[in-house]
Amino acid sequence: MSPDGLLLELDGVSKRFGPVQALDRVDFAVNAGEVVGLVGDNGAGKSTLVKTIAGIHTADEGRIRFDGREIKVARPQDATHLGIATVYQDLALCDNLDVVANVFLGQEEISPGTGEASRQLDEAKMEHSAGELLSSLAVTIPSLRTEVGTLSGGQRQQVAVARSLLGEPRVVLLDEPTAALGVPQTKQVLGLIGRLRERGLGVVVISHNLANVFEVADRIVVLRLGRTAGDFKAEQTTEEHVVSAITGLGEDADGNGKEERDGKEEQR
Amino acid sequence: MKSEGATVPASTTGSRLNIFSGESLRRLVQGDLASARVVLGLALIWIIFQSQNDRFLSAENLTNLMLQITAIGLISVGIVYVLLLGEIDLSVGAVSGLAAGVMAVLNVKHGWNPYLAIVAAILVGTAIGLLQGSLFSRFVIPSFVVTLAGLLAWQGALLQVLGSTGSLNLTDPKITGLANTFYSDAVGWIFCAIVIATYAAVVLLGHRRRVAAGLAGHSVPALVLRVVFVAAIAIVAVVVLNSDRGVPLAVLILLAFVVGMEYVVKRTRFGRHVYAVGGNAEAARRAGIRVNGVRVAVFAISGSMAAIGGIMAASRLLAVNQGSGGSELLLLAIAGPVIAGTSLFGGRGSVWTALLGALVIGSISNGMDLLALSSAVKFMVTGGVLLLAVLVDAIARQQRQAAGRV
Repeated sequence: MSPDGLLLELDGVSKRFGPVQALDRVDFAVNAGEVVGLVGDNGAGKSTLVKTIAGIHTADEGRIRFDGREIKVARPQDATHLGIATVYQDLALCDNLDVVANVFLGQEEISPGTGEASRQLDEAKMEHSAGELLSSLAVTIPSLRTEVGTLSGGQRQQVAVARSLLGEPRVVLLDEPTAALGVPQTKQVLGLIGRLRERGLGVVVISHNLANVFEVADRIVVLRLGRTAGDFKAEQTTEEHVVSAITGLGEDADGNGKEERDGKEEQR
Repeated sequence: MKSEGATVPASTTGSRLNIFSGESLRRLVQGDLASARVVLGLALIWIIFQSQNDRFLSAENLTNLMLQITAIGLISVGIVYVLLLGEIDLSVGAVSGLAAGVMAVLNVKHGWNPYLAIVAAILVGTAIGLLQGSLFSRFVIPSFVVTLAGLLAWQGALLQVLGSTGSLNLTDPKITGLANTFYSDAVGWIFCAIVIATYAAVVLLGHRRRVAAGLAGHSVPALVLRVVFVAAIAIVAVVVLNSDRGVPLAVLILLAFVVGMEYVVKRTRFGRHVYAVGGNAEAARRAGIRVNGVRVAVFAISGSMAAIGGIMAASRLLAVNQGSGGSELLLLAIAGPVIAGTSLFGGRGSVWTALLGALVIGSISNGMDLLALSSAVKFMVTGGVLLLAVLVDAIARQQRQAAGRV
């Protein structure tokens, strides 16, 4: 790990879809043990940025460094291998399978001793590991053998997050983790994000809900029209400042929000 | 209902309160206890037919019933896999006929060794399944359409293979023996002992493994009860079969495939992936599962099982003709698992439903034959039972959705 704890660093990353400049020389960084809120209006490039990190899109320009080394993420598997896990908005859980099966989906454990031919699932080991994983994250679920379809939205989101941790990632990207959740479930998920930080992971949270972002994030990065429109320390800024960076109101023509922000603070 | 389903704490407390009022009823209806429901239904069917004709539950008739359901049960095993994906395979009837035709032609006309002819016939089924599965997954054509085309094409292929004779009688004892071999009482009891010992060992090992992993094992009395239950069924079955002609080889073949394919679907990585693809194909893809590979493999299994069923049907009939694999065979093979609780919508069910469903359908058909009812009545009753089963499945699904379980 680099001495300053810098885990993931994007340097002048651009991505173009035909005539649309989705990302325009974006700089972005995540430190170990840090939660970064990524906010911006619809079409600001948040999802594109996350998908570029996750290997679903490839950047046209710019450099991505992970752990101080420059990396190429051409496919989702590359990102997973490096230790970058992504939890998408639509969860990607199988409702007809139980919690254990979902946590281990695609990475099932096979019993030792059984030959390749029989390939028997090691249900006991998987249930044990899933139980340890979930309890280390303080995720409460009625039973590990309940079908995921019967769980609440918050529990499902927590299962999805827990599942992303199986490969021991260093960075976790969460796409709208609290969308469509009620208040108590949102609390559960935000609590879980806090525990990911305590584990020393770098966490990126995309969200529309600024209140949630302020509750959990250490740093807030604003994207606007594909550019970085602000990088705030959560405890040194206000929702008002972030909103003005998101909407672009009160900025100068260059889109340089920082000076404007300083100016505002002087006015106070 | 639906807006309440969204606020989870309310619905959780709601279901807690319901535990005492209607929890078991709800589970019965929602399909958690689907197999108990089917066993009850089967018992009812047996009681009704027995009250109408006291030969129905005779050892001879029950042995006949088992022989009658072998082919359909084997085809249904493959259908269960396809249904678990949420797909359908309409070609299994035609494939079973074609495979039987290939076996008969190779053995009778070309003098092939019977075992080689059987293997070749099964491979024809596998190849057809691979082809249909590839077309379905590669070009994203609904499986309904691909296999409907297959249904027609393979029926034509059967006529082509049989040629001008139109019918071939099977005389090779190795082939006719498949459906017409009965074991002596002693051998029957040995099989019975093996089944009980194996089941007890599996239960015990599973329990030990859980305890070794530091998990709460199931309660020991419950485990003992399960073993006793299975042992009782096995003993009763052997007593009944032995008091007629003995345990038929056909029943052992059916049981072996049901148990083997249930193992594959419940205990292996591949089986888990079948459920995952049937539950949420996109989630499976994101989890790194090769979704199209699973699909092709499942259709290959369906084609192979259809071929095996066709071979058993031909062995029992002692012939293959232009009508082999035709008429209601396809519909009954699909209806069986659905009646017994495998969902048409994918992701829910087990291979046991192939056996249970075949028993239900076979009992109805056998009982109505005993009562000398006309084909008209038989078709209508069987249709009614299928409709009822599909309705129960649909209602179960709706209730799951209302309860927030998709």
